Amino acid sequence: MSTRSVVPFGPQHPVLPEPIHLDLVLEDEKVVEAIPSIGFIHRGLEKLVEKKDFNDYVFVAERICGICSFMHGMGYCESVEHIMNVELPPRAKYLRTIWAEMSRIHSHTLWLGLLADAFGFDSLFMQTWRIREKILDMFEYTTGGRVIFSVNKIGGQRKDMDAEALKKLLATLDEIEKDLRSITKTFLNDSTVNTRLRGVGVMTKQQAHDFGAVGPFMRASGIGLDMRNLGYGAYPDLEFEPITSEEGDSYARTYVRIQEIFQSINLIRQAVAKIPDGEIAVPVKGFPKGEYFMRVEQPRGEAIYYVKANGTKFLDRMRVRTPTFANIPAMLEMLKGCQLADVPILILTIDPCISCTER
Amino acid sequence: MQNGEILTIQPEDLLSECLKRKEEGYRLVQISSVTTKEGYELTYSFGKGYELSHLRIEAEPGAKIMSISHIYKCAFLYENEIHDLFGVDIELITLDYHGNLYRIGQKAPYQKKEE
Amino acid sequence: MSIMNFTKTVVKNLFSKPATRMYPRQPRNYPARTRGHIEIDIDSCIFCGMCSRKCPTGAITVTRPQRTWSIKRFSCIQCGYCVESCPKKCLSMHQTYTEPDGVKRTDTFAGPPQAAKPAAPKAGVPAAPKAEAPVAQKAETPAAPKAEAPSVPKVEASTAPRAETSAGVKDGGEK
Repeated sequence: MSTRSVVPFGPQHPVLPEPIHLDLVLEDEKVVEAIPSIGFIHRGLEKLVEKKDFNDYVFVAERICGICSFMHGMGYCESVEHIMNVELPPRAKYLRTIWAEMSRIHSHTLWLGLLADAFGFDSLFMQTWRIREKILDMFEYTTGGRVIFSVNKIGGQRKDMDAEALKKLLATLDEIEKDLRSITKTFLNDSTVNTRLRGVGVMTKQQAHDFGAVGPFMRASGIGLDMRNLGYGAYPDLEFEPITSEEGDSYARTYVRIQEIFQSINLIRQAVAKIPDGEIAVPVKGFPKGEYFMRVEQPRGEAIYYVKANGTKFLDRMRVRTPTFANIPAMLEMLKGCQLADVPILILTIDPCISCTER
Repeated sequence: MQNGEILTIQPEDLLSECLKRKEEGYRLVQISSVTTKEGYELTYSFGKGYELSHLRIEAEPGAKIMSISHIYKCAFLYENEIHDLFGVDIELITLDYHGNLYRIGQKAPYQKKEE
Repeated sequence: MSIMNFTKTVVKNLFSKPATRMYPRQPRNYPARTRGHIEIDIDSCIFCGMCSRKCPTGAITVTRPQRTWSIKRFSCIQCGYCVESCPKKCLSMHQTYTEPDGVKRTDTFAGPPQAAKPAAPKAGVPAAPKAEAPVAQKAETPAAPKAEAPSVPKVEASTAPRAETSAGVKDGGEK
């Protein structure tokens, strides 16, 4: 009967972008159980709804997380617009879709760099983030900010992208695609990377369904659900299929995210070709009353925005269920049976965004 | 399709409704809570494919709700959060943090304050 | 699976120039839309207070009688609401960011004295419960007990007392 020991992991760890603490119960280098402990950056942002006008709350919603910032603002605006029955002009929907897909490319590229850093492959990390700089420059050119854009408002968008900006965007995307094709060959084919990723942290389809995994984590195990098919934004006019993989290990999750980057580049090209002319916002009067559940496909998975309004300028409740919150129980299940040295890689493959989780 | 229908049930029927949903293949999507004038309103959302359906419980302050974490194993995180922030008493959670999930100084800050 | 996948990139990088720039020796060129900080053209400002009402963080303070406009630089989140809502378009967004500092400073700009300006009385600006009290535009109450109110009769109608000052006379103001 071997003895068990408890090893703490985090909240400070070189691999983690944000603090999370796990107590790992080990039996001779093999993890038997993991107990999470979150709450290091709980800021109580949902309570601010009682103090801020619902129009001003967009700025708070954007600042829940730095990487998922645009989608949080978009999800909040879409749910309030549904409650108030505001019909967005088509150009605003296309602009939101373009910026959302750019956010997705940015998030996945950032994640690829962090994954390379977790192996210790620092040169690959730097080269991947060099590509990310091009996207950030494109954000700054079109919206004015690199991380926090402040372009969403209830009723549409605050800034427009003219034809010259769209042409520059397409040229940047061509460069990014060329660079990414050569970098991702290393991720997918290199033998050292493969030894660390293949067969590690397998999650079967039944487990992914039972534990409520969402996003690329779920799609890499074979469940092909993508919330972009629900029909918000300009997605009904664009063609795409959810990307899935059957193996369910870390290699499959990396593969799914890399293919999603190329799919996003393709979606932006389709959207720029089809974008209609027109206004970008409609004026909104009055106060919302009612409730709505809005689902948005963030880079990390499915996020749900629940807004309840009672007819005054302060909302009753605004709740965000972020994808990492749903992925944590599934991650704990995946950690059972793996080696201690694989734990950092496995935690990174779910793409944890702890500041979203704890708001 | 986006919003789903909301079915209001009594707290005693919660476990049987959840078992029915689990048999039909629904996964647990989220549990949320709102403070209302009478107490709390807990909403359990279930999803199958692209559809959503919700169960709603209207609870008095001080009511005891049974945990569904033995049926849906991922529910423990949501229930601990609701206990921490709203002060709702949920019994028999599989992994119970007893109020220490979020390290906050105030007990149940989102709870309705007595005027 | 193969080894030496990365060799091509390594060799290419050995012989090309670095991707980073030698900041601060080589300055950064910000694109035109960068939201850095807010500047005001104080000569065209009419001190209506719209910008301070719209500001989500409350960083702007406008005092009408003393004709000053001040902004807390470290509370501003560079959202651009004030720029959009200014009726005279005297606010603008500039590209350089506020420098890091040891204390949170506030910049105050004082406008030119109002003496020779016959301001036309405006229709009532709607009241909002923020720091500045609404401007009362009723022409029948010229009894404005403000020491700084200029003696031009037309102008008195538009410089009614503010609730925040010590005078606090409610003469027809919509509270």
